Amino acid sequence: MAVLDILVYPDPRLKQISQPVTEFDDNLRSFILDLEETLRAGPGGVGIAAPQVGRFERIVIVDVSSKPKIKHHGRLVLINPEILSREGSAVGREGCLSVPEYTGNVARAKFITLRAQDECGKTQEFQMERYEARAVQHEMDHLDGLLLLDRLVSRRDLFRRQTQEAASPKSKTS
Amino acid sequence: MKKWFMLTLVGKDRAGIVAQITRALYEGECNLGEASMVRLGGNFTVMLMVQFAGNEQALDDLIGPVSRSFDLRHHVDAIEGELLHHLEPDVRITVYGADRAGIIADATGTLAEKGFNILNLESDVGGTTETPIYVMTIEGVAEQGIEVLEEALQKLAQEKGLETQLEPIDTLIG
Repeated sequence: MAVLDILVYPDPRLKQISQPVTEFDDNLRSFILDLEETLRAGPGGVGIAAPQVGRFERIVIVDVSSKPKIKHHGRLVLINPEILSREGSAVGREGCLSVPEYTGNVARAKFITLRAQDECGKTQEFQMERYEARAVQHEMDHLDGLLLLDRLVSRRDLFRRQTQEAASPKSKTS
Repeated sequence: MKKWFMLTLVGKDRAGIVAQITRALYEGECNLGEASMVRLGGNFTVMLMVQFAGNEQALDDLIGPVSRSFDLRHHVDAIEGELLHHLEPDVRITVYGADRAGIIADATGTLAEKGFNILNLESDVGGTTETPIYVMTIEGVAEQGIEVLEEALQKLAQEKGLETQLEPIDTLIG
């Protein structure tokens, strides 16, 4: 296993679109171990995508289990992930291993239904919410060459969104 | 060696100010650091970190002509500048209510007592001329934890007839 080098913006490769995984072999599984070691090596990271280490395939790892009091599915290896449905929107603060010393507010769907394969190629579906859903959306953006920098909202937007949300009957019951 | 200065400009807002100011600075061999420009009550205001090889007077002379051409007032201060060492806010607070004198003083006084270090504050007056409302969003670091802030804000809301919201900022690193 090895900790891989993380590409840092403005490296143009981060804007590249990654290709689907077709071979679920030992090479893939060994890469996933390295990718996970790379994620664990940084402080506080909850997810990583293959293109962040220069492998342009649709692979992400998400693990938000270190965060207290949230719903999650533990350590997840998500290959060829697809969001089947999204609901709601919330603004939250994000940083990125590939964008050091910068954090910004980003709007993401609150709830998602996700389909993805695991490292053996088995297809699974997940219902995810809030923090975990945000992490998955952040990592999946990397597969399409998008960074949090492509999705920033201003602080003024932030307040408008919060007040709109507070005013909508849906969020009162949730 | 270039040193850091804080350049402040204030005046009646017009289109094109930022472009011409920054062009003059660029042509005068300045680098710009972090900046905040905001229109306050129809006034143009900007604070710019400027890196420059000369002294305060030389920077003043450099910016003088373009500042005067827009009828702006400007001010230059030598500062200790530091980039890429951000403090991360861990709490976002919104305070709003019918506009009256003393809202900011009440709110920030309460927060300061409870160990809250403000990193960003934005406030705005909305509503109508007859019934203006005051809206303030603050981001900062809760040095004594969130619970004491929450209690203090609830008390403030009851005593002063304000609406307050506190939301932890759990920055997602992905």
